[in-house]
Amino acid sequence: MTSQMTGAKMVVKALKDQGVDTVFGYPGGAVLPIYDEIFQQNEIRHILVRHEQGAVHAAEGYARSTGKPGVVLVTSGPGATNAVTGLTDALMDSIPLVVLTGQVPTFMIGSDAFQEADTVGITRPCTKHNWLVKDTDQLAPILHEAFHVAKSGRPGPVLVDIPKDVQFASGFYISNKKAPTSQYRPKLKGDIEQITKLVEAIEQSEKPIFYTGGGVINSGTGASQLLRELVKGTNFPITSTLMGLGCYPASGSNWLGMLGMHGLYEANMAMHDCDLMINIGARFDDRITGRIDAFSPSSKKAHIDIDPSSINKVIHVDIPIIGDIAHVLDDVLNMWKARGRKTNSAAIDKWWSQISEWRSVKCLDYKNSKKTIKPQFALERLEQLTRSRADRFICTEVGQHQMWAAQFLGFEEPNQWMTSGGLGTMGYGFPASIGVQIAHPKALVINVAGEASWLMNMQEMGTAVQYKLPVKQFILNNERLGMVRQWQELLHGERYSHSWSDALPDFVKLADAFGAKGIMVSDPADLDDAIMEMLSYDGPVLFDCLVEKHENCFPMIPSGEPHNKMLLGEATTEDAIGSSGAVLV
Amino acid sequence: MSALKIKKGSSKHSAYDLRSTFGDEIQTHTLAILVDNEAGVLARVIGLFSGRGYNIDSLTVAEVDHEGHLSRITIVTTGTPQVIEQIKAQLGRIVPVHEVHDLTVDGPHVERELALLKVGGKGEKRVEALRLADIFRANVVDSTLDSFTFQITGTPEKVDAFAELMRPLGLIEIARTGVAALSRG
Repeated sequence: MTSQMTGAKMVVKALKDQGVDTVFGYPGGAVLPIYDEIFQQNEIRHILVRHEQGAVHAAEGYARSTGKPGVVLVTSGPGATNAVTGLTDALMDSIPLVVLTGQVPTFMIGSDAFQEADTVGITRPCTKHNWLVKDTDQLAPILHEAFHVAKSGRPGPVLVDIPKDVQFASGFYISNKKAPTSQYRPKLKGDIEQITKLVEAIEQSEKPIFYTGGGVINSGTGASQLLRELVKGTNFPITSTLMGLGCYPASGSNWLGMLGMHGLYEANMAMHDCDLMINIGARFDDRITGRIDAFSPSSKKAHIDIDPSSINKVIHVDIPIIGDIAHVLDDVLNMWKARGRKTNSAAIDKWWSQISEWRSVKCLDYKNSKKTIKPQFALERLEQLTRSRADRFICTEVGQHQMWAAQFLGFEEPNQWMTSGGLGTMGYGFPASIGVQIAHPKALVINVAGEASWLMNMQEMGTAVQYKLPVKQFILNNERLGMVRQWQELLHGERYSHSWSDALPDFVKLADAFGAKGIMVSDPADLDDAIMEMLSYDGPVLFDCLVEKHENCFPMIPSGEPHNKMLLGEATTEDAIGSSGAVLV
Repeated sequence: MSALKIKKGSSKHSAYDLRSTFGDEIQTHTLAILVDNEAGVLARVIGLFSGRGYNIDSLTVAEVDHEGHLSRITIVTTGTPQVIEQIKAQLGRIVPVHEVHDLTVDGPHVERELALLKVGGKGEKRVEALRLADIFRANVVDSTLDSFTFQITGTPEKVDAFAELMRPLGLIEIARTGVAALSRG
């Protein structure tokens, strides 16, 4: 259907045609015509955030927990520049977003008008693609293309900059079904010759490992199902990056836990010693590889990724397969089954007994205390008291708490874990938890936070209270920038330069001031009751958990070291950092 | 397993691996990129090179298909084989990019560049400049009593050679278009 309407009406119409039910945004001069249209309809719900960065992270939370693109609407100038951190975060983690920004009228562009910024210029390096719409007739096709680009191939954020005169002017609307098809069509099927090589390698390998990442989750729930079938069939061990947690269940018997800088000992050792590494939708990030020239030195490496630029970017691979994970895994499984489901099972059994030895190191052990709450203990209790909830979603901020959450919480399904992986954005988790709760109103949504990260977007308390969102802010409060402090202790001579907070708010009073509930706990004996109180309260909760101030996050691979040179915690090695420097295994 | 000694206060370890992982073998490649002729497309390509630290030795761009709204960008770049592969993959990822051809890999190709050189001088030097221009098949496109402006086309190496010869003869200014390239046959 094509028809004549204003640009502002087109925006709302195009969103409806794309199946959008929620928009996160903040109004301003250059988007008033669109806000006027939003006011006059009921199909699309607009969530008013308190800062544009919050809008983008909320949309990320919405997108990651639903698999649908998140939509953001903000004004020109500062509205757009405030969105930049969220856009960069979404680009690094391949999260589909469609961000609409207002712009000054076309005839004023370049005149340094009020609230003018070169939005497409500023966001060019932090979006997958962006458009400045100069003509109302172009608006509808561009909006449909924007959704197509955000969702296709390796997903990512896109931005459409819409000048105010384009919103006021009339033009022809074209529906998504009639819009011209895009030349942007990344290929989905993998090369069958390479897939054959991978299947042969699977049949022969003696020490294999699946190394999975966020690409599995982006490929859809079908990809996770196929992965689980392949793991079960082959009995290969599987590890995952921070981004991929949940694609294989943490309760699964082949699960080694997360790998990488703060990954589990058994996962990193298996990566180092394997003879076949099957990378599925991960990207050999520097937090994963450690020292590159000593990365898994004797393995044959296969890499399945939809983005050709991920192949051989950091690590040279022997079997590159470019394609969508679900499509490729389907082909791999079918071929492997057709060839008789062969593996080198005797060798695999031996491999597993080696892995059991590594597991017996119990790398996550920590020294508990009866006097102060250890952050690991707090997360263990949280896990214990919430893991029966199938509708549990966890967000995090960035730092030590994030790594502990990844280590101590178990994820059974994809799309239930929202964390800023690539960019490491402090302030991500709270707004993300709002986005998740909007998408899943009845679910249990917990943001595991550090007090410093949480304060970075604390203004979103207003949003949580306004929309009566029962998000649980589980703050592990050590009054420190814990990860910074840890690096300063280990590597910068215990010179704690600006890594503590001297004027923290009273979080219970803060919650009260916003009309939310605040709970403070400092005694390990009270922890369970406090968590139960948090869970049973129907509304936003600020949970101020005062934890040990100087706890370090282990295991740890110091940067520039290979996987088999991990730093383990005191409880594991007994020879403490305090006495003779870090002890390594 | 060997023990790693991290001494307290040692700054031997950074948050990043500071060793360069790039090999030594630097190659020069000529890339032809077909793109939608739309606003900002050149900025995307150039931004990719500057943002990721790649080199641009030469870059030319012009519309080549008015109806199809397509432009052709020719880039000469240098890097290790791994970097060149990355450049091509990253270029291919840009949404308005249709095709990326590595002419250096695809087979024989021709490369041409046009340059304008203003050479000032009188007497013997002026005659010598004109004689050399004739050898290089450069045309005089403007002249005054004490200067010539030569137009030369050829490979970048030929342009370099001609410019070097003109330098002692009074080269004042040079303008080069950068390389345009097509595969042979």
